[in-house]
Amino acid sequence: MLKRNLPLAIVFTTALLLVAAFFIPHRPFGDLESRFLNWYAIVAGFTYLLGIDSLARHHILRVTRRAPGWPFSLLLVLALFGTLGLGVYSWFKFQSPFALRAPFMWLYTYMIIPLQATMFATLAFFIVSAAYRAFRVRNFSATLLLLAACLVMFGNVPLGGEVWRAVASAMHKVIPSIDPAALGALEIPAVVKDWLMKVGQTAAVRGIGIGLSLGGIAMSLRIVLGIERTYLSS
Amino acid sequence: MKFWDTLSGLDRRILYLLLALAVALPLILKPHVAIRTSEPVRRAFNAVESLPEGSVVMISIDYDPSSAPEVQPMLVAILRHCFRRNLKVILTGQLALGLPLGEIALNQVAPEMNKTYGVDYVNIGYRPGYTAMMVGIGREIRDYFQTDYRGVPLDSFEFMRAVHNYRDIGLLVSLAHGGVADAWIIYVGGRFGQRIVVGCTGVNAPNLYQFYSSGQLAGLIGGLQGASEYETLIDRPGSATLGMPAQSVAHGLIILLLCIGNLGFLISRRRKKN
Repeated sequence: MLKRNLPLAIVFTTALLLVAAFFIPHRPFGDLESRFLNWYAIVAGFTYLLGIDSLARHHILRVTRRAPGWPFSLLLVLALFGTLGLGVYSWFKFQSPFALRAPFMWLYTYMIIPLQATMFATLAFFIVSAAYRAFRVRNFSATLLLLAACLVMFGNVPLGGEVWRAVASAMHKVIPSIDPAALGALEIPAVVKDWLMKVGQTAAVRGIGIGLSLGGIAMSLRIVLGIERTYLSS
Repeated sequence: MKFWDTLSGLDRRILYLLLALAVALPLILKPHVAIRTSEPVRRAFNAVESLPEGSVVMISIDYDPSSAPEVQPMLVAILRHCFRRNLKVILTGQLALGLPLGEIALNQVAPEMNKTYGVDYVNIGYRPGYTAMMVGIGREIRDYFQTDYRGVPLDSFEFMRAVHNYRDIGLLVSLAHGGVADAWIIYVGGRFGQRIVVGCTGVNAPNLYQFYSSGQLAGLIGGLQGASEYETLIDRPGSATLGMPAQSVAHGLIILLLCIGNLGFLISRRRKKN
C-alpha cells in the first residue's frame, strides 16, 4: 500500500509546489523553486555517471564473455576510458581539457570532429537515395509535397537566383520591353521559398506543436493525479 | 519500357557517385555565387548591430561536431560581428561535446580582432541540467557559474562584475542543432523577456519559423545558407560562403534526379496500364 501510495503522494505534492513556485516567485515558493532546480541539476549530473556505469558494465561483460562482435565492445571501452583519461590528464596539466595544447583537444580535433561530421555527412547520400526511390507523384498529396520540397530546395540556394536571372535575360530577348535587371532582382524562387517557410510549413508545424503540447499537458495531469502509473511499473 | 524502368530505379551507387561529384567539384573549382540575404538573417544581424557598445552578448554552443560544418561558420561570423562592435561576449554551452568548438572559434577570431580573454570575452563552460540552469541565470548567474571554464572566479573579470542575470545581457544567441533552442525560447524568452537570436541547422530551421513569425525570436539564421548570408552582411566571406556553390549544385542535382525518377515512374506506369 505504502509502496504504491507514497510515490503518488510525492509526485502530487511536488507538482503542486512547482506550479505554485512558477506563479508565485516570492518567499517561500521562489526559494523552493531554486532548491528544486539545484536538485535537478545535481540529479542531471549523476545521470552521466549512471550512463557511463551502465555502458561500461554492459560492454565489459560482452568482452569477458566473448559475445558476438566483442572486439567492437573492446574498442568502445578503450575509447571511453582513453578519452576520460586524456580529459583528466589535460585538466591537471592545462587547467582545462579544452586548452588548445591539451592532448584531449588533439583527440577532439582529429578524431571526434571528423568522425561525427562524417557520420552526419553520410546521411546526405542515404537521403538522396531514399528521396529518389520514395518521392513519387503517386497521388495529389505526394505531388504537392514533392513540388514544395523542390521549390524550397531551389529557392534556398544561390542556384535559384542564378537560374531566375537567366530566365529574366531570356525573357528580355523575347520581350525587349522587360527590364532584365529589375525582373532578375525579384528573385521569385527565393520569395516563394520564404513564403512557404514563413506561412505554409509554419501553419503545419504550429498545428503539430499545439497537438503535442495538449498531449503533454494531458499526460502531465494524468501523472500528477495518479491516473498514469506506468512509472511505478503498475 | 526497360529504359524507363531502369531510369526510375537507378543503382544507388550511381546516385552516391553523382552526389559526391556534385559536392566535391564546386569545392575544388570555387566558383563565385551571389548570396541573397533573407529577412530572418538580416534581423539577426540588426539585433547585434543595434546593441550599444559594451553590451553583453551571451552565446550558447548548443551543437556538437556533427553539425559544425553548418553552425560553426555562424559562430565565427557572429563573434567577428560582436568584436567589431566592441561588444562583450560570454560563451557557454549546453552540450559538453560542443563547448570545445566554441573555444576553437574564440581562439581563431579573438587574436585577429585584438581581443583579450577576460576583458572582451569569457568562456564560462558547461553545466548539466540545462533547463534548471536557464531559469537559474534569471536570478543570478553565479548560482550556476561561479568560475569560468578554467576555474577562475567570474568576479575577477571586470565586465563580469556587472553581469548578474538576463537584465544585464543585451542579447542571447543560441547556436543549436536540437531542442535546446526551443528551451531557451520557452524558459528564457517567455519568462524573462530576453531577446534571442537562434542559429540552427537547415533541418531544424522549419521548426523555429513559428517562433520567428510570432516575434519570440529577434532573428533566425538557418543552415549553411543562413551562415553565408550572415558572412555577406558582415562583409567577411568564410567557409559558409565557400560551401554554397557545393550546396547549390547538390540541390540542383537532387531536383534533377527527382524529375528523372518521376518521369521514368510516370511513363512506365502509363505503359503498364496500356
